[in-house]
Amino acid sequence: MNSSFGLLAAVLVLLGALLSLFSAYGLIRLPDVYLRSHAATKSATLGVLFILTGAFLYFSLVEGVVSVKLLLGIVFVFLTGPVAGHLNARAAYRTGVKLWERSSQDDLKQALQQEREAAKDNGGQPKILKEDPLP
Amino acid sequence: MVAALLQLSLVLLALSITGCMYRLLKGPSASDRIAALDTIGILLLSMIAVLGMLLHTTVYFDIILVIGIVSFIGTVALARYIERGMVMEDE
Repeated sequence: MNSSFGLLAAVLVLLGALLSLFSAYGLIRLPDVYLRSHAATKSATLGVLFILTGAFLYFSLVEGVVSVKLLLGIVFVFLTGPVAGHLNARAAYRTGVKLWERSSQDDLKQALQQEREAAKDNGGQPKILKEDPLP
Repeated sequence: MVAALLQLSLVLLALSITGCMYRLLKGPSASDRIAALDTIGILLLSMIAVLGMLLHTTVYFDIILVIGIVSFIGTVALARYIERGMVMEDE
C-alpha cells in the first residue's frame, strides 16, 4: 500500500516535470514577449504545483510527516506566479515592446493613448480618479 | 522504481532550466529576460522539492519558501524598474 502511494506521488512529480519542459520549449520557440509570457506563467506554475503536491503526498502518506511549509509554498506559488507574469507583461507593453507582426488585434493601444492624452491635459500628471480614500 | 522516476524528473527539470537559460541570455527585450529568470527560480524551487523526496528529508523545505519569496520580489522589482525607472517611489 505504501509503495503504491509512493508511485502515485512519483507519477505526479514526473507529470509536473513534463509540464515544466513544455514551458521551457514554449519559452524558446514562441515569437513574442506576450506569447512567451503564457508559456512562462501558466504551464510553469501548474508544473510546480504538481511537483509540490506530489512531494506533499509523498511525505504525508509514505514518510508520515505532514509538512505545513510545503502547503505554504504551494499556496504562495499559486498566488504569486500569475501576479508576477501580469506585472512583467504590463511593463513590457508600457515600455513599447513590439507585438508579433502577425498579431491581429491590439485593444490596449487605444486605451493607453487615451490615458496618455488625459495625462498631458492634466499637466504631465497621471489622472487621479479619486481623492485620498482615507479620511 | 520511485527513485528512478524522481531522478528522471530531476533530469527533465535540468533540461527546462537549460532552455530558460537560452532565453535569459538571448532574449531580445528586458521583459524576456525577467520572465526567464522568474521561471528559473520556480523550477529551482521544484528541483529542491524533488531532491528532498530523493534524500528522504524535510530540512530543505525552508529553502523552497525562501526561493519563492525572493524570486517573486525580484520579479516585481525588476518589472517596476523597467516600467518607471525606479523601484521605490520617493515621496
